[in-house]
Amino acid sequence: MLEVNNLSVSYGKITALHGVSLRVGRGEIVTLIGANGAGKSTFLKAISGLLAPSEGEIYFEGKRINGLPGHAITKRGLVQIPEGRRIFPLLTVEENLMMGAFFRRDRGGITEDKRLVYESFPLLHERRKQLGGTLSGGEQQMLALGRALMSRPKLLALDEPSMGLAPIVAQQVLRIIQKINREGVTILLVEQNARAALGIAQRGYVMETGSVVMHDQAKNLLANDKVKQSYLGIQETLLT
Amino acid sequence: MHSFTEQLLNGLTLGSIYALVALGYTLVYGILLMINFAHSEIFMLGAFAGCGTLVALSALPWPLSVGAAFLMGMLACALVAVAMEKVAYAPLRRAPRLAPLISAIGVSIVLQNSVFLWRNDFLAFPTVFPPTQINIGPVTLSLIQIVILGSSLVLMGGLWLFITFTRLGQAMRACSQDREAAELVGIPVNRIISLTFFIGAMLGGAAGILYSLYYGSIKYNMGFLPGMKAFTAAVLGGIGNVPGAMAGGLLLGVSEAMGAAFLPEAEWKDVLAFAILILVLILRPRGLFGERTSEKI
Repeated sequence: MLEVNNLSVSYGKITALHGVSLRVGRGEIVTLIGANGAGKSTFLKAISGLLAPSEGEIYFEGKRINGLPGHAITKRGLVQIPEGRRIFPLLTVEENLMMGAFFRRDRGGITEDKRLVYESFPLLHERRKQLGGTLSGGEQQMLALGRALMSRPKLLALDEPSMGLAPIVAQQVLRIIQKINREGVTILLVEQNARAALGIAQRGYVMETGSVVMHDQAKNLLANDKVKQSYLGIQETLLT
Repeated sequence: MHSFTEQLLNGLTLGSIYALVALGYTLVYGILLMINFAHSEIFMLGAFAGCGTLVALSALPWPLSVGAAFLMGMLACALVAVAMEKVAYAPLRRAPRLAPLISAIGVSIVLQNSVFLWRNDFLAFPTVFPPTQINIGPVTLSLIQIVILGSSLVLMGGLWLFITFTRLGQAMRACSQDREAAELVGIPVNRIISLTFFIGAMLGGAAGILYSLYYGSIKYNMGFLPGMKAFTAAVLGGIGNVPGAMAGGLLLGVSEAMGAAFLPEAEWKDVLAFAILILVLILRPRGLFGERTSEKI
């Protein structure tokens, strides 16, 4: 569904991504893990059209999408929820949701999707007249998910969805992501919490300083000594 | 003659024109964080386009010719503004913030001098309104004041309805709150920016016509002073804040009218406007209504 070949991105003279290749198949949950500054967010920004790659190709459903503006990529069904959720703080919850459907023309479908989002997140319905900025972190993440669903994503890319959330809420968010996946949406999950991400993903890629250094089945990565040491270490010590 | 109520009405008349122009500064700033210094030239172009239309259609009864003048003036300004954004600002989107600012000053010089080459002196603006005075209780208003107040009210109300209730207006607000997130949810941000220039210039062009109807003459550099004052009004209300620009315009207009009436010299009114700008920048740089910092449109 998504195929990225040899992608490089530079900020001025600094190369942030060096020839990254990654593939996400239809229906999969694929995770991209790595330390802070490894280039995960840069990668997502590049596939979403916010950054222009200096090299490489991005194919989505067999069509080349690099060079397209961000909104056009969203319209094709590759939807990103950026780091920090970035809901519109001074639009109401309902207006935020409607912005996710901005490019759609099918009124009936939009109304139906809004009903489904409210059904999945009753809290958003309760707060629909409230400004987005007044929601708590967890609620904002629900709103960001709801807003993304309003775009009818085929592939949903999430950048650190559990960041800044209480562990219980983070768990809940991951379960929602699994549920969205079961309903037919392919997931590309960028996470610092590697254990949780690998726990729900089928496959994983490990990034270090702008390159993919490893990719494998999630369960193999969870068992891999190097991954354990570098990315699952903290949890390991906590357990012993 | 200079009764308080009359000065208040004069101030509101002038202030509503400032408010219309201030909205153009504030809308653009809300999305691009850039002060569009060429906006005062849009105001001037509106006056010229309106003047041309009025002269051409002088045979028609005044409601028709004035209506056509507004239509032509606003449309011409909107198109020029959209073109200027595409040519002079869009290529600088990722440049440091000073670059589009300097480009805006360049556009301003180009527009002003293009008109200067054609007409470098004052042009009489057609007098279309009969000098009727209307008494409402103890207050005397001229017909033109009523037209100015009424049409500003309609335009500002229309803008408010637009940004509050329409899908495009909500998208404008979304862009002003977070441009990158707006692009990610599928809003074509560049088109929304064009729309913002279009709307801001329509209001600015209408203001140019109202101003010329009020003062009766136009000139290539007529935009400078009202433009600076409208900019002051936008800063006064908190630049980027739509209700702030409306309130700032009215407040500035009223203080100017009061200044002209009650200060020892009427010319001091301009000093007053810029003294207000300096005071606001020193004491409350976010403007009177700017406390909600991220509310930009």
